[in-house]
Amino acid sequence: MYQLTVEELHKQYGTHEVLKGVSLKARAGDVISIIGSSGSGKSTFLRCINFLEQPSKGRIFVGNEEVRTVADHHGALRAADARQLQRLRTRLAMVFQHFNLWGHMTVLENVIEAPVNVLGLDRVEALVRARKYLAKVGLAATVEDKYPSHLSGGQQQRVAIARALAMEPDVMLFDEPTSALDPELVGEVLRVMQALAEEGRTMVVVTHEMGFAREVSNHVIFLHQGRIEEQGDPKQVLVAPRSERLAQFLSGSLK
Amino acid sequence: MNEIIAIVQEYGQAYLWSDGYRLSGLAMTLWLLLLSIVIGFVMSVPLAVARVSSNRLISGPVWLYTYVFRGTPLYIQLLIIYSGIYSLEAVRAQPLLDAFFREGFNCTLLAFALNTCAYTTEVFAGMIRETPHGEIEAARAYGMSRFTLYRRIILPSALRRALPSYSNEVILMLHSTSIAFTATVPDLLKVARDVNSATYASFEAFGLAAVLYASVVFALVWLFRRCERRWLAFLQPRAH
Repeated sequence: MYQLTVEELHKQYGTHEVLKGVSLKARAGDVISIIGSSGSGKSTFLRCINFLEQPSKGRIFVGNEEVRTVADHHGALRAADARQLQRLRTRLAMVFQHFNLWGHMTVLENVIEAPVNVLGLDRVEALVRARKYLAKVGLAATVEDKYPSHLSGGQQQRVAIARALAMEPDVMLFDEPTSALDPELVGEVLRVMQALAEEGRTMVVVTHEMGFAREVSNHVIFLHQGRIEEQGDPKQVLVAPRSERLAQFLSGSLK
Repeated sequence: MNEIIAIVQEYGQAYLWSDGYRLSGLAMTLWLLLLSIVIGFVMSVPLAVARVSSNRLISGPVWLYTYVFRGTPLYIQLLIIYSGIYSLEAVRAQPLLDAFFREGFNCTLLAFALNTCAYTTEVFAGMIRETPHGEIEAARAYGMSRFTLYRRIILPSALRRALPSYSNEVILMLHSTSIAFTATVPDLLKVARDVNSATYASFEAFGLAAVLYASVVFALVWLFRRCERRWLAFLQPRAH
């Protein structure tokens, strides 16, 4: 039983095809790293999974349920049923490169927002949940009432992870979660993500952190020019790449 | 000095709240301001949402409305609504319209509300457009419907960020109420003009009105500063 299945995903911008049939299957507890140089389509792929971008072909299943799609007049797929997409999105919580916290809300309000207003959770229950996950990502109770702009990048990203956890999703999608951080703040976010992986959470992570891909994930996908060039166990793929492209890519990102 | 004491003794009540048989002076000015601001605000929120719509059939009419009301002087709008519309046979023939437009107060309120609503709509629409894209994306990614997205993310954020411009609009509106005398509404300036004609003490008569206007602005600025401290804290620099 797969938590997330993506079949033959294509994505086209005008005549330029950025994704040329990318597939992915995630079992419960899988941590899949997607690596590749910029322009390889890795972020686009992740954003197509929850339809923040419209794929042009392909099928996506969350659990057993397929996202029903129709083609619009540009030839891109959009959700046939907005309600279904909204419901499935709540099971795929996303963490963004630039955190994308809601600026006018405090930390605590950010974390309870979607559970209360999307999942329909009782506010008191949502608060209990929020505090639990804020503690889990290592944030002290003193930051609860602060606004995102008053926190460091690493703290903001950990709030964003707590916000994702509070949805208690089936799969967590990470879109380059450490790329916007100062080098000294990367570690705190990676440690949180590692702890989540060890808890058995299902994660799909677009990343430049080769150390994370090698040590934490159990599957790595190397994208090159919109195709999967190589994939497999990171201990093998990243240590002894078979394709020349991956070897080149890895030699360019010594870590 | 004696002049001013005499004016305050004789006309103080008219300046502040009543000319003997109806609301007048400062109270009338504030009442006009409050009503037009509230009506303008309530209408401007949905209009601002319509204004930023990508559908031209929705945004177009709102654009035309704000263009017309921002493109002509408020004074002319008031003259058209008060004198112009009532001069039409068709309006006087309709009992309901006749009753409405015969009253100077109704005409003034209508003109003020439509005018401030047009400006407020553009202020809010600008702030809606400036909502950080990532916040909207996050809301969609967390399963929010369009309605929830507007109700919980876009509008609360945009209205907060609009506070400084909006407070300006309210203060300008206060000053604009001083043309209400055109439609025989006994606002603060109307009282001052009447006192001026009765006493010929122009400096004192108008000076008193000016002081009252300035004190209201002072109170408004204080009020908005408190609102900003409360609702705009998220934009303030980090407090160490």
